[in-house]
Amino acid sequence: MNDVMIEARGVTKNFGDLQVLKGIDLVIPQGSVTCIIGPSGSGKSTFLRCINQLESLDGGYIVVQGEPVGVKIKNDRLHMKSHAESAKMRENIGMVFQSFNLFPHMTVLQNICEAPVRVKRKNPKKVRERALELLERVGLSAKADSYPSSLSGGQQQRVAIARALAMEPSLMLFDEPTSALDPELVGEVLDVMRGLARAGMTMIVVTHEIGFAREVGDHLIFMDGGGIIEQGDPRTVLQDPQHERTKQFLAKVI
Amino acid sequence: MTSTLDVERKHPSAVDDKTRSLLLGRPHKHNGAMWLTASVVLVTVLLVAYSLVTNQRYEWDVAFSWFTSERLFTGLLRTLGLTAISMVVGIVVGVCLALARLAPNTIVAGVAAFLVWFFRGVPVFVQLLFWGFIAAIYPRIEIGVPFGPEFFSVDANSLITPFVAAVLGLGLNEGAYMSEIVRAGLLSVNRGQTEAATALGMRRSAILFRIILPQAMKVIVPPTGNQTISMLKTTSLVSVLAFPELLYSAQLVYSANFKTIPLLIAASMWYLLVTSVLSLGQYFIERHYNRGTATAGRVNTRADRRRIKSATATTTSSEEGQP
Repeated sequence: MNDVMIEARGVTKNFGDLQVLKGIDLVIPQGSVTCIIGPSGSGKSTFLRCINQLESLDGGYIVVQGEPVGVKIKNDRLHMKSHAESAKMRENIGMVFQSFNLFPHMTVLQNICEAPVRVKRKNPKKVRERALELLERVGLSAKADSYPSSLSGGQQQRVAIARALAMEPSLMLFDEPTSALDPELVGEVLDVMRGLARAGMTMIVVTHEIGFAREVGDHLIFMDGGGIIEQGDPRTVLQDPQHERTKQFLAKVI
Repeated sequence: MTSTLDVERKHPSAVDDKTRSLLLGRPHKHNGAMWLTASVVLVTVLLVAYSLVTNQRYEWDVAFSWFTSERLFTGLLRTLGLTAISMVVGIVVGVCLALARLAPNTIVAGVAAFLVWFFRGVPVFVQLLFWGFIAAIYPRIEIGVPFGPEFFSVDANSLITPFVAAVLGLGLNEGAYMSEIVRAGLLSVNRGQTEAATALGMRRSAILFRIILPQAMKVIVPPTGNQTISMLKTTSLVSVLAFPELLYSAQLVYSANFKTIPLLIAASMWYLLVTSVLSLGQYFIERHYNRGTATAGRVNTRADRRRIKSATATTTSSEEGQP
């Protein structure tokens, strides 16, 4: 084991006849914040979903902390992982969705405690304490017993972050976490993510928030048409994009 | 800032004063047709009620005395038991068939679809007769290795009693309907829920039982309540298998004393009473599964509904009050 969190080589993905990922090569070090930007349909969300096997790969491989995603090597042969084996790996990878996807039939606290108690079989009392700590961290202690439907979008997304953190993941994936929010609610979610980055969490963030990418990101990736067009230090890429498509995209969003 | 008055001075009204004062009032209501319809309906109801009371052939006193008789009550208990067991069988079969139909395995999904087609397509009365005559097709039921040695066998008539035949007929038919209800419920849950649970590392069974099914309940429970009420009444068909449930108990009595109508009335009163109680129960179950959907988590309480009613009433009246 070294300090590489994720290594992706030649990752391809097809939806029917359409190739949405055309060979992604990427190395992400531990403790880094990587932001992926690009127009819709560029494959950035699909790539993120490949990392925790929500989508299966059609070619190439992804290795997270030395462990291949979706497959395993047994007796010098490559086998598919079972659903349970993939689930085991996902315990270590937190994910936050654009549409929050909180469980509407559970209270905020139940949302956070469900997976640690049911999946990791942890002591419910300790999980509860930890959940309340996390809620305080995202500034929602007062909402522990509320149902998600009574929360604003920003509050729901902060609960979703707390829910993912309750599994104590070593990697967090954010799939356009602020895209479904009213403009005035974006800040509160970005603040939580900023705090998380400061605490040293490895994060991959698919986002349209160029300001966040510039300020918090260690690494910026621009994707278009299913491939990585340009990557590097966020400030450099944003100020002085080398590729014509990057220039066009940035001219539109900034 | 310009006041309304300024605007009015600049832009005179689009209508003359007389039209304006008329428009500011409320329109006349024409209720003549409504009263006419109501009186026709009312007269008809009164005629029927008069006949119910005065026609001696109803023999209400006989009906009421049999209504409280032990024989009909025993029949009622059997009807309730048969309803409950058939519904349990129906729900279990329905959940299994629904999951099978949604399975990625096309053979499993295809066979499940075929079973649903069959058990929904053949009338339940015919199915009951088939189960009643099962011994004519399979005189002995054998347990053993397929095409190999048998471990033991039993006489079909002693295994498939009228009660077992009734449960099989009603339960499998119900299972076909329930599978469609369960399937609709499972499909009603947003895909994002499965994804979020998957991303948290939850196993398939946990995702189904902890995340998907509880949410699907909201869609599944109301029609299941209807199915239960409908099942209670469908059990009366079982009288054809000579299983002494409520209707057959009544038939046994009137075949001896010829008080046909009073006994049918007594049975009907029990059916009506139980379906009313079940409807009430369904209301409370639905309310339970609706939690988490409304803003405050629960809007279905009486107080909340009153509040909503008064809120909407205020809006309407303020709208009406506007010139």
